[in-house]
Order: sequence, then structure tokens, then C-alpha cells
Amino acid sequence: MKTDHTELLRFTTAGSVDDGKSTLIGRLLYDSKSIFEDQYEAISQTSSKRGEEGVNLALLTDGLKAEREQGITIDVAYRYFATPKRKFIIADTPGHIQYTRNMVTGASTANVALILVDARHGVVEQTRRHSFIASLLQIPHLIVCINKMDLVDFKEDAYQKIKEDFQSFSHRLDVKDIDFIPMSALLGDNVVDKSKNMDWYGGSTLLYSLENVHIGSDNNFIDCRLPVQTVIRPYNDEFHDYRGYAGRIAGGVWKKGDKVTVLPSGFSTTVAKIDTFDGELQEAYPPMSVTLLLEDDIDISRGDMIVRENNQPEMTQDIEVMLCWFNERPLQPRGKYTIMHTTKEARCMIKEVRYRLDINSLHRDEDDKEIKMNDIGRVLLRTTTPLFVDSYRKNRITGSIILVDEQTNETVAAGMVI
Amino acid sequence: MSSTYQLNHLRELESESIFVLREVAAQFENPVLLFSGGKDSILMVHLAVKAFYPAKIPFTLLHVDTGHNFQEALDYRDALVERLGAKLVVGSVQEAIDSGMVREETGFNATRNFLQTAVLLDSLEKGKYDAALGGGRRDEEKARAKERFFSHRDEFGQWDPKNQRPELWNLFNGRKQYGEHFRIFPISNWTELDVWQYLAVEKVELPSLYFAHEREVIHRDGMLLATEGGLIPVRDDEQVNTMMVRCRTIGDITTTGVWESNAATLDDIIAEVSMARQTERGGRADDKRSETAMEDRKKQGYF
Repeated sequence: MKTDHTELLRFTTAGSVDDGKSTLIGRLLYDSKSIFEDQYEAISQTSSKRGEEGVNLALLTDGLKAEREQGITIDVAYRYFATPKRKFIIADTPGHIQYTRNMVTGASTANVALILVDARHGVVEQTRRHSFIASLLQIPHLIVCINKMDLVDFKEDAYQKIKEDFQSFSHRLDVKDIDFIPMSALLGDNVVDKSKNMDWYGGSTLLYSLENVHIGSDNNFIDCRLPVQTVIRPYNDEFHDYRGYAGRIAGGVWKKGDKVTVLPSGFSTTVAKIDTFDGELQEAYPPMSVTLLLEDDIDISRGDMIVRENNQPEMTQDIEVMLCWFNERPLQPRGKYTIMHTTKEARCMIKEVRYRLDINSLHRDEDDKEIKMNDIGRVLLRTTTPLFVDSYRKNRITGSIILVDEQTNETVAAGMVI
Repeated sequence: MSSTYQLNHLRELESESIFVLREVAAQFENPVLLFSGGKDSILMVHLAVKAFYPAKIPFTLLHVDTGHNFQEALDYRDALVERLGAKLVVGSVQEAIDSGMVREETGFNATRNFLQTAVLLDSLEKGKYDAALGGGRRDEEKARAKERFFSHRDEFGQWDPKNQRPELWNLFNGRKQYGEHFRIFPISNWTELDVWQYLAVEKVELPSLYFAHEREVIHRDGMLLATEGGLIPVRDDEQVNTMMVRCRTIGDITTTGVWESNAATLDDIIAEVSMARQTERGGRADDKRSETAMEDRKKQGYF
């Protein structure tokens, strides 16, 4: 099997309980021949034990005991399959309202979001919510999967109506690329194989779209950012004076000889070498993990950021974010939390809640501003020390933060810098 | 701007794992890398070497030893430790049995697999390790599909799958109370095929067990088990045959099924894995005990 040109694509799936999401994933795995015999045998046994007709592909995504007992998905589950063209990572997230946090988690690293719509019910509140979250998390590509077309006799009208309904609100979203595919996950129409029941549809199947959607520009190749993770000092004779700054490139294309500035100190120097175990690199770009060697001896430690002299992030203690709240204990106005941003940690205070967002209607509530679990709101934070931030729209890595409860150490919120 | 600046999937997975390994070195005081001699832990060590080059890996290696090992796996382990100049700590199940900390199972399908959990937790406590790096992958088993990169464990080493910390972007929250620890899974997103492809690309040396060789085996419950060392009692109605086999995973002899195979090189193995119709854990007797065997063991502190 050839592997040199296989790209990695991460996508997230969102849908309500009965949209057939599990069946769709099962279908993708089954028809792309990613299911093993022992897995298939196990679900076929379970299907017959439950008295179901045929083999229930949805069982392939069945997770924990607690979930099976309640018949719902509690947590994000990751699944994998590959075609000769791409390797896919699916973040399978539960759709009900109380699990907005899971959807946000799955969406944070995705290139593509699949939004499932039941062809019989059309665009519903959840469709809008899922689409909004995909937009908020800046997933570059949306694929609206209009499922259960078999139950509306594969009629084009049903498809067109849903497409128009969706477009009537999606112009308010911030998504570059939206595609609509009519399908039946149960019967396999337009998932991997082209449907024989919908001649009127000239577009591609879901798998074809996933294999061909352009993800080459999903990373930021313009603004050079390297958050320093750790300093590599070998302390041996061979590498006596070696001092390397290790990190994962969060933006920009880097070359030896580049003029760089180190934040927060502001000292400028030049890239002497981009080092790796496999030798020196001529160029480095996201999301590579590298080690930078600099011409001058500057005091640099974890949490510092190396950037280009003439292109710097904002260095600020006042950070405005869209915050998604994850914890049962609501956001405490004026409360203090640990804030994690790239490789830097600080403390912060909630200075002001500007508004709470109704994620179904996108209405901004400026009166009831209590931010509870699964709520999203616009919040102003004040940090103890300056952070080096970009807007989330510009860079998903340098524009994102999480808040950690100082007593319980739980991750209580995720924020996107505005 | 696009295709020139696009990593292939193996390099992207490598970069992600190196990022996680470096986060562990930065966020924890005393991390340990669990080393079983299996291909996933060999991959982990290889990635750790790359992450901290040219410095030494900043992790102690911990081998939870059931005493039922394939000799090749032990030889490989010792040679690797020597080459890296790393520190190796062995947590011995045999000693735990001798001291009465755990009791041995009996019967035809007896295994020390379940005893590993107690020994692992004991070793972590004795060494005061605050993070244990493991080679678990999400594609292995359904309970693992929901595992985090940074997986929080309470003071009893237990996993609470319903109350996991959300993990977003590149932000890993390793904060904990005294006495708690983390299990860290840097290769979460790799599949079995990715691992083999990468080991081949990187030309990593592997124990000979992974390649086809002649071995005495018996058929039991749809699996082939190695009879070496007399650890698996042969029933009267079972017949010992010599076959060409190889391991797809390496663990305790009593639970590691072997597979009929003629794969002599990594390329043969990759071809075989791409065509395989059974998951690699299909050969693990420990998972076959019940539908939720892995989930139950993980909650108690197993890897």
C-alpha cells in the first residue's frame, strides 16, 4: 500500500438521536471495508440477541456500558478508517443539547463537519445549533447530509426544500464552504456508492467529498508562531552548547536565516537551524514538531513565543472571548480561574459577561447573563500576565484558551479569542 | 501554497505524538513510560527519542513483568535500555504473588493478565510517578475509543469514563491533586496499520516474534496459543502442532494468541495487516472474557 501521499482528514459528526448518525458512520466503515470480521460478528450477534432484523450497523459505534444501558452516547468517541487517498479520524459526538461541550470538543480540531438532517423532518432547532457550533469553532467545511431519503421516496423536492431552508439561515454563519448530499445511510445510497434511486442528483457521494475536499489551506501559513514547549539541553560533550527550543509550529512557514523576535522579552535574533532527529530542515510549517536553534543566546523558556519581527500577535492582559461553559458549577462573575493558552499558563479573572448567546436563535441576551453548563457567552477576561494572542478566526491554535477550576483542576470552559 | 506544505498522515501523527510527549516532560515531575516489549511501546520509545533529540529521553521505563514472557521480548528490552542509556524499573507479578499481594488464577485458561493492574498501581505508587505513558490506541477496542490523551486517574488509579476532562485543540490539562496521576496516550490516533507503516518507514528494529517463525502451538477457542515453557496446560483432547506463525501483539504468553503467517518482512506484515479480516485484539484471550472486559479493567486502573 502506498503511503507517501496519504493525507489526514479529521471530521466531526453531529446529529440528533434519531438522525441515523450511528448508522451513517457504520455504513462508511462497512462500505469502505474498514470493518473486521470479529467486529462484524460481534454486532451481528448483538443484533440477533436484541431481536433486530438484519445486522444493525449502528452498533459498530456502540460505546461504554453506561451508554448502552441508556441507549445514548455520552462522550466523544474517535473512530478511524482509511482509503488509499486519505486517512480519516471521526470525532463522533452526541447531539442532544446537554452535550454541547462534546460537540465543541470534537469540532475543535476538525477540518470538516457533517451535519445530519432527517429528510422527513427537515431543518430543526438542532440543525441550527450544530451548524452554529461548527461555524463558531471555525470548521472550514460543512457537509449537510440529508439522510433517510428512502423515507421520502427519494424525491428531489424534499432535498431542495431542506437545502433552501438551510441556506435561509446559513448566510449568518461564518463558514466558507457548504455542501448538500441526499443519502440513505441505512441502504447505502450516496454514502460510499452512488445512489441508483436519485438520478436527479448530480453531485458526489459523501466518501468522494471527504476524499477530495481541499484541506491544504486549513492551516495558517502566513503568520509565524512557535509557542515554546520545552528547552532541549543535552548536557553531553558532543552537544555541549546545544540549546534548542522545542515546539509545534502554530503558524507560518519558517526558514533558516529568518529574523525572529522572542516574546515577551522582545529580543530579536535569527534562526540558525531548524533541527529534528532526522536532520536539519530547510523549511518548517504547521503542524510540524521541530526544534529551533537561534543565533544569539537569549533567555527563553516554556510559554514564550517565537514570532517574526514584523508580524507579531497581540500582547495583552485583556482578552475578549466567546466562551463555551462545560461545568455543572456555573461561571462565577468576578471569579478567578487558571487560563491555559498555547504552552503558557496564567491566572485570570472574569471581568465582564457581555451577553449570553441563545445558540438556537443566535439571539444575544444581555439581561440574563448567567453562563451555565453548555451555555455560550461573550466574556472579557483579565489575565495576571500578558498572553500573545491572535483572533481565533486567524489562527485556531494561538486564538484558543481553556479555563481550569483552581480547586478541582477540571477544565471548565473553552474560549475563542475575538 | 497547498500541496507543498501538506504533511502525509504518518508525519502528522508523528508530530502530534511528539507534541504530547514534550507536554508530558514539561507538565509532570516524574513521568514513566510503560514498556512491554510490544510494538506500540517500541514505537513510543522511538517517538520519545525523536522528541528530545539530541538529549536523552526524560522518562524512566517501567515494565510490568508477569513472569510469563517470550524470551525474545526480554532480550530486546534489555538491549534497547542499554542503547538508550535509560533507567528500567521492573514491577514483578511473581514477587507480588510470593508476597501475597495478589493471588494467582488456576485452571486451564489461568492468566496473570489481571494481576498486572495491582502491580502496576503498586509500582506507580512506589516510584512516586505522576504520569504513566502508555501505548494504548483508540482503534484497539471500544472502551479505548473514548479515552483522552491525558487521562486523569484518582488516588485509587481508577478511570471515570463519565467524567473525563474535555480535550480541545492543543491544550492538555495535566493539573492534579496530590496522590492522583495521569495516564498519557501519545499514540491515541494511530491505527494498527499506521504503526506498521511508520515502523517500516523509520526502519525500526523489532523483536523476531513479530515475523513468521516456527513454533509449537495449540488451537483453543478459535485462537492459536504458544505452548512454550509449559505455561499453557494442554488438555488431553488438544493437539500440539508446529506451525509458521507470528505475533500481532506481544504480551503475556498465556493471553497472546499467535497467527498463522508467512510474513518475513515489515512489507509482508503491512500487506497482511491491510488485508486482515480480524482486529489484532481478536487474538487476545483477555478481551474475550466478556463484552465489557476492557472497560471493566480500565476502570480499575488497567491500561
